[in-house]
Amino acid sequence: MQTLYTDDQNQFRSVVSRFLEAHATTSQARELQETASGFDQAVWHQMSGELGLVGTHLPEAYGGFGFGMIELGIVLEEMGRRLYCGPFFSSAVLSGLAVAELADEANKIELLPKIASGEERVALVLDDLNQVEGIGHQLMISDQGLLSGTAPMVIDGLSAQRLLVIAGSATGLGLYQVDKGAQGLSITPRVSVDQTRKLAEVVFVDTATQFVGRVSPEALNRFWDLASVALSHEMIGGAERLLEDTIAYTKLRVQFGRPIGSVQAIKHRCADLLLTLEFAKAATQHVSFSLAAGEEEKHHPSMVKAMVSDCYRDIAIAAIQLRGGIGFTWENDTHLWFRRAKCSEVLLGTAGYHRERMIQSLGGQDAA
Amino acid sequence: MQLSEIKAAVNQFIDEAFSPDLSLVAWRQRLVAAGWAAPMWPKAYFGRDFSPAQVAVVNEVFQARGVVGAAQLGPRRLAAETILAHGSDAQKHRYLPKILTGEHAWCQLFSEPGSGSDLAGASTKAERQGDVWIMNGQKVWNTSAHHADFGILVARSDWDVPKHQGLSYFLINMRQPGVQVRPLRQMNGHASFNEVFLTDARVDHNDLLGQEGEGWAIATTTLSIERQGFARGRGPTPIHREITGRVFEEYAKEIAIDNEPYTWYPQREGRPDLVLQRAEATGAINDPVIRQEMAKLFCLTEAAKISANRVAAERTRADNQVLPAGSLGKLGASVIARQAAHVHTMISGAEAMLSGPESAEAGLIAETLISVPAISIAGGTDEIQKNIIAERVLGMPKEQRMDTGPFRDIARNN
Ligand SMILES: Cc1cc2nc3c(=O)[nH]c(=O)nc-3n(C[C@H](O)[C@H](O)[C@H](O)COP(=O)(O)OP(=O)(O)OC[C@H]3O[C@@H](n4cnc5c(N)ncnc54)[C@H](O)[C@@H]3O)c2cc1C
Repeated sequence: MQTLYTDDQNQFRSVVSRFLEAHATTSQARELQETASGFDQAVWHQMSGELGLVGTHLPEAYGGFGFGMIELGIVLEEMGRRLYCGPFFSSAVLSGLAVAELADEANKIELLPKIASGEERVALVLDDLNQVEGIGHQLMISDQGLLSGTAPMVIDGLSAQRLLVIAGSATGLGLYQVDKGAQGLSITPRVSVDQTRKLAEVVFVDTATQFVGRVSPEALNRFWDLASVALSHEMIGGAERLLEDTIAYTKLRVQFGRPIGSVQAIKHRCADLLLTLEFAKAATQHVSFSLAAGEEEKHHPSMVKAMVSDCYRDIAIAAIQLRGGIGFTWENDTHLWFRRAKCSEVLLGTAGYHRERMIQSLGGQDAA
Repeated sequence: MQLSEIKAAVNQFIDEAFSPDLSLVAWRQRLVAAGWAAPMWPKAYFGRDFSPAQVAVVNEVFQARGVVGAAQLGPRRLAAETILAHGSDAQKHRYLPKILTGEHAWCQLFSEPGSGSDLAGASTKAERQGDVWIMNGQKVWNTSAHHADFGILVARSDWDVPKHQGLSYFLINMRQPGVQVRPLRQMNGHASFNEVFLTDARVDHNDLLGQEGEGWAIATTTLSIERQGFARGRGPTPIHREITGRVFEEYAKEIAIDNEPYTWYPQREGRPDLVLQRAEATGAINDPVIRQEMAKLFCLTEAAKISANRVAAERTRADNQVLPAGSLGKLGASVIARQAAHVHTMISGAEAMLSGPESAEAGLIAETLISVPAISIAGGTDEIQKNIIAERVLGMPKEQRMDTGPFRDIARNN
């Protein structure tokens, strides 16, 4: 198992970085967050076509690039740094991972190439974004095979071209797909704190579905693990960028005849934050290295999401605080990351949830 | 005066002088003339030298009778108290009555883009030309400046002395061509503040408050009044009953304008009051981890209230002296707000991603999460409060200063 990124991986990061530097600026984010779909078609095409980023982590056999969590993590960190707005997380990460982990062979053959090529943007409908144990309780398949129920928050639910759904049934959980035009399906945009990641409420009433795969509790947990680690990478990118920018600001901003960064209280706070970041980042990247090597430990994904949730939030709070009043203005970009941090903090489980899940993975008795 | 005598006197005054058909200003002019508009003020200046306990009785009667009191919301209070403390006899007579009657709205022109924490580093230029001062520079974070008739302004009148000695305090007329006001939007979407651009704006020499060069000392008074306001929390808006009449209609309009910038202020305090009901509504009340965090929060809010009451009691004993306890209270408010935001986040879980009227508590939770960062910045940051506490309350050695000597030579932002 590797401990550091290889030269190739670093090379890959700079390619991704250069692309996003040009195509994912905060002024674009500000424009896109005002739109209903929240993404730029042209950038999506370039990203999926020329660069092939959308299929980074998906197997070559199904049209992907054949990389794994390491390279996916790299892409997501770079996206998090720049607040990239678009369906990468919903389609490539959530739906891509769901199909790769949960679909049966025929459906992988059908769906993964479309997702990997970016040709179809697919949203994953989960009825619970708090805890994996809650999935498939609200969305149910009837004995007649029809889907009913509500998912209150679906990432990119409105702009997606197809929906994947994890739903419960008399015989257990399954992965299904639903056409956007299906009967009994209604999708309503929701206002999100972080407008750079669009949410919609998705309601099904006796909606026809197509079966994609049976979902065992183990497979579902693995999917949740991978998704949590992927999200953690994105968050680490954002946290790192925010901290860098904040420290740069403290070096420039003068009060009392000196840069505020020369004040010990501020240095100490930044040093503390760097420690938090370093631990969270090292852990996150390590978990992806171990996943790639097939040597992961069961408690690691939750450990990572718990640490990263706290870390990103704390850095975001400090990023505003250390800018003073300017950090609280709309014009300043800091709040865009702050919003992303607040939403990512709770997406796919709060730190509290993941700490409990980690302890249980370590063999600690269930508190309940 | 005995408390019972006060009660009788106020009631009698209301019986004789109040009518809902008066204009708001006409009614308040009667209040001012009789000393009931600001009974805590000195007798010589529209008041009655009342103690806080006596004032409380007056307020009770006003509330019970559903009668409108003096204008007191917004930055006008800061202006009034500062003028009362430092103004000349003529300035007090010129400005105080119209503040009390609400005829004049005021704003505070202290912070600048280049100097916030370091207020004394203000670089707005005040140049004297005979009987007039000419102002050039930019101010920021000015609540209600777009409605204000006057502003309390700190500007640099001398660049060749150490920075605290080169400031002067002015009362500036906002309704003049040299003053330009632009709204400033905050990260929570509200635009409660303004930027104010001063371009050859004029201030009469009569409107210099205190002496030239005393600006910093006077600003300190204003700031401690402001800080106490934080610790105390914004008191309830004086209730007026649904009685019709000119005075009430005009009062409702005034309140709407004055309160508009503050609609989100309760949210920046973290809305601990909503925590229990949210926990019950979501079932989070059953989560042992969240219960612990809620309990921590309630320890803080209760203790802060108890402590604030003690400070208030202390203040009456110490003859209305301004205590540094304000900084501690303000720091406490920040800690509470952050813990409350944390608890709300835990309670809401993924739902904390939602915003707008259809989200939790009609959007108040989301607004709380993106407003709380303000509390540890506005009115002096947490870091600055800690410096004040350490140096003034605890008497710890001061840090070596890098901003001594003539202001001209001190490093500052461009
Ligand atoms: C919502 C809101 C409302 C406001 N309302 C008003 C108002 O009504 N009137 C008004 O005049 N102003 C107002 N302000 C401005 C406010 O007072 C300033 O923003 C604040 O004092 C900080 O100044 P600054 O923004 O210049 O930040 P800076 O002073 O540049 O501070 C940046 C960071 O450096 C830290 N720092 C600076 N110096 C030191 C030091 N010596 N030691 C340790 N840390 C330090 C600060 O704590 C902060 O974290 C408001 C601001 C906000 C956000």
